[in-house]
Amino acid sequence: MTVPARIRNFSIIAHIDHGKSTLADRLLEFTGAVEQRDMREQVLDTMDIERERGITIKANAVRLEYPASDGETYILNLIDTPGHVDFSYEVSRSLDACEGALLLVDAAQGVEAQTLANAYLAIENGLEIIPVVNKIDLPSAEPERVSAELLGILGGAPEDVIHVSAKSGSGIEELLEAIVARLPAPSGNAESALRAMVFDSHYDTYRGVVCSVRVVDGEIRAGAQVRFMATDLVENADEIGVLRPAAEPVKRLAQGEVGYLITGIKEIDLVRVGDTVTDAGKAAGEALPGYQEPKPMVFSGMFPTDGDDFERLREALEKLRLNDSSLVYQPETSRALGFGFRCGFLGLLHMEIVRERLEREYDLDLVATAPSVEYRAHLTDDTTVQVRSPQDLPGPQVLADIAEPYVKVMIITPSEYVGTVMELIQQRRGEMGEMTYLTPERVELHYQVPLAEIVFDFFDQLKSRTRGYASMDYEPGDYRMSDLVRVNILLNGIPVDAFSSIVHKDRAYRYGRAMVERLRKLIPRQMFDIPVQAAVGSRIIARETIKAQRKDVTAKCYGGDITRKRKLLERQKEGKRRMKMVGQVEVPQEAFISALRIDE
Amino acid sequence: MSDSIAQVDGAVAARAAYVHIPFCRRRCPYCDFAVVDLSASSPSIQRYADAVAAEIDMEPAWAPLHAVNFGGGTPSALTPGQLESLIRSLSNRFGLVDGAEVSIEANPEDWTPEYAASLREIGINRVSLGVQSFDDDVLGVLGRSHTAEQGRQAVRAAQASGFETASLDLIFGTPGESLESWQRTVEVACELGPEHLSAYALTVERGTELSRAVASGAPGPDDDDQADKYEWLAAVAADRYDHYEVSNWATAANYCRYNLTTWAQGEYVAFGLGAHGHRDGERRRNVRRLDSYLDKIDKGERPEAGREKLDRWAREKERVFLGLRRRAGVAAGEAGGVFLESEPGMRFVAAGVVSLQGGRLVVANPLLTDAVAREVLALEPPKQ
Repeated sequence: MTVPARIRNFSIIAHIDHGKSTLADRLLEFTGAVEQRDMREQVLDTMDIERERGITIKANAVRLEYPASDGETYILNLIDTPGHVDFSYEVSRSLDACEGALLLVDAAQGVEAQTLANAYLAIENGLEIIPVVNKIDLPSAEPERVSAELLGILGGAPEDVIHVSAKSGSGIEELLEAIVARLPAPSGNAESALRAMVFDSHYDTYRGVVCSVRVVDGEIRAGAQVRFMATDLVENADEIGVLRPAAEPVKRLAQGEVGYLITGIKEIDLVRVGDTVTDAGKAAGEALPGYQEPKPMVFSGMFPTDGDDFERLREALEKLRLNDSSLVYQPETSRALGFGFRCGFLGLLHMEIVRERLEREYDLDLVATAPSVEYRAHLTDDTTVQVRSPQDLPGPQVLADIAEPYVKVMIITPSEYVGTVMELIQQRRGEMGEMTYLTPERVELHYQVPLAEIVFDFFDQLKSRTRGYASMDYEPGDYRMSDLVRVNILLNGIPVDAFSSIVHKDRAYRYGRAMVERLRKLIPRQMFDIPVQAAVGSRIIARETIKAQRKDVTAKCYGGDITRKRKLLERQKEGKRRMKMVGQVEVPQEAFISALRIDE
Repeated sequence: MSDSIAQVDGAVAARAAYVHIPFCRRRCPYCDFAVVDLSASSPSIQRYADAVAAEIDMEPAWAPLHAVNFGGGTPSALTPGQLESLIRSLSNRFGLVDGAEVSIEANPEDWTPEYAASLREIGINRVSLGVQSFDDDVLGVLGRSHTAEQGRQAVRAAQASGFETASLDLIFGTPGESLESWQRTVEVACELGPEHLSAYALTVERGTELSRAVASGAPGPDDDDQADKYEWLAAVAADRYDHYEVSNWATAANYCRYNLTTWAQGEYVAFGLGAHGHRDGERRRNVRRLDSYLDKIDKGERPEAGREKLDRWAREKERVFLGLRRRAGVAAGEAGGVFLESEPGMRFVAAGVVSLQGGRLVVANPLLTDAVAREVLALEPPKQ
């Protein structure tokens, strides 16, 4: 074991593409944890999907040994945090396992909203922050301007900012020295009863649930009985160990140390991120603070294109959930789409990742309905119901009012785009909050915006209006009363629940108009006229007609070339196979996806 | 109707031959058949005719043929002598039944009274004239080198020379063709009174000049416009002709036997560049390049590019898909039965697109034939 005085637990806070994984690789390499020849890009990101998107979903903790210039060898535990706002609870738990953080910023890009949000979170958690400017060797690098930005946010002197190039390795030693010198040693009490925080967990096919833990007080011994305080489970600590980055079992993990814990638990649900592990015999009186139940924010129906795949979808969701306890789902029946699941996600990125994994890893063809949020419908009998799907909205005769979730949005943008950002926020029913100039060129803006307005294409809009320069982050806010109605879309007289949406009353007509026009273009002509209508209650607010197809025949049989004609028809049929039957109407998959992208 | 059912179904037992003559003075912008452009090269037509004769001799012997069709390209690029010698090759190799249909496609500009008379003399008894339109502007867009007047004269020449069947090939829905223009074309055609009429919707085929033009923004054919024109023709032609296949109208004795054979899943041997044959349950296609065709023949090899033999179920589906093109429909049989019980089948019946009449599957609106055929071809075999 190592005395706490020579342990440093830290994480790296950075925006996507600002070089976090490369810096982690360099630290591993510099401290000899990974031989240069074993290096592959971004060692810590284990899932393919993460490598492709350049983001980290699952936190990882790696133990490095660094012989510092003071002659002592230090244990540096690098705790990797997820980079995205959707996973902010996981981020906060990871940060809670650390005493310090490196705030890593690209010398050409400057501070981004997401980074700043996580930096604020770290400061709130009492972490010591080391500002680091990366990519200083880029031709477009402006390390001085970016340093000034960082100091404007964090305070301190210019010499506190460390300049590195994670790519070339320059500045890495200086950074390691700063970690040792400037970050505090872990606090806690070695003599108290064991309290270790679970800051991550994942499911391994062979080992069951593997938890990442940070020992705050006391110590864990291999083979001891431990209790998970939130779920009140008692299990045997079958194996404990550290990652170097390969797993290496140890006999015990002492106060201040970080490592993994494997018990007999096979269900990820039973091990919650943020939970406290204590000694089963000598239990701690109080759990560590900060634990929360995972709370989905965004909901979407997922339906297999081929109804026969329902069971496969269920199995795939079960498997994904083994490793992602924040994913929630329950069966849902749609008149238009058949049997599927209403799934709840932490946010939009989480939703996209799950969907992509279902399609890619489980080879499923899915139709996903428009993302929705959780409304609270107050009924005339003074009860409240949660509405996660437009179909669940009670009828007008029992409905008193509806409240919707708001989020606190933070946007950082070059100041020249402030006008267009404000305009966008206004269109999305947002309310202006604080506005702070980080530097004369960059502004930090705060708003309150209905979450439902964010889940559509807000991020894309923001990016296109600011030529990609603005960044944003959001956190849950409160619920507010809004004048909301449900717009139903009817295809050939049948309501297509997948297209119905709860929208603000003032926008109902525009939503309805846009949807019917879009669907008229997206749905191919069929054997009969198809009315496409938008309705609020029984009132039709917009209508288009898809005229019946009149000609679907090729003139000739190609001078006896039957084979070619047959193959042509078979190819065309293959294209139609991806259609979903809605009543008598064939709707291409594309329609479900494209129809929901409403341009401003 | 029962006479015509017997005739169309009976064609399954017929034996036919197809001979492809690929030469054209220039390639029409919409055509994607195997064509040799005479404006770009000057191959020896005689050498080609000799090669085809040699290919005919390579085909295993068969019983006498009921129908022979010279298609193209432009078969009228051949002299009466060259055609006569090819007919003789076929007749020596297989024999021709008494009254066999011997048909040729011809361009109106080639079809002089003298040429017509010579062909009639060598035993050709049916001609299909590529008139396309009786509107000179439309002919210009189609890149045709004859005029409306030449079209009229060609039909009269065929009639004067005593052909058993004169047929007009028409194309509708050419960009720029008004509904009135098409109506005039149909009126002129009906006044001329040929025994047979084929009308094809202009189709954009991949790799043609037309498809390149459309891809770069030129107007293409429009489905609704073509449907209007088709329905107009069908209404007018109903008085004089049987509408016996999607694109074909004829008086009772003048259905095209060669085409009936292909739609009945009957067998036909095929010779020449890019030709497609069907014999012993196997579909065979020839190479599409002239030099490799001649080269193979010179080496005494069959100029084959590929063949296909379908399994029993695929063949059964093919029977229905081909037969559906005929107005008499097709005996439902096994694939038709499976289709009627399938989800799309029930949907199509409910929508009135297809119906079962006396054990036959009939498409009510021929303009939707492919919609039905696509579903038939996708059927899974019945579980035993």
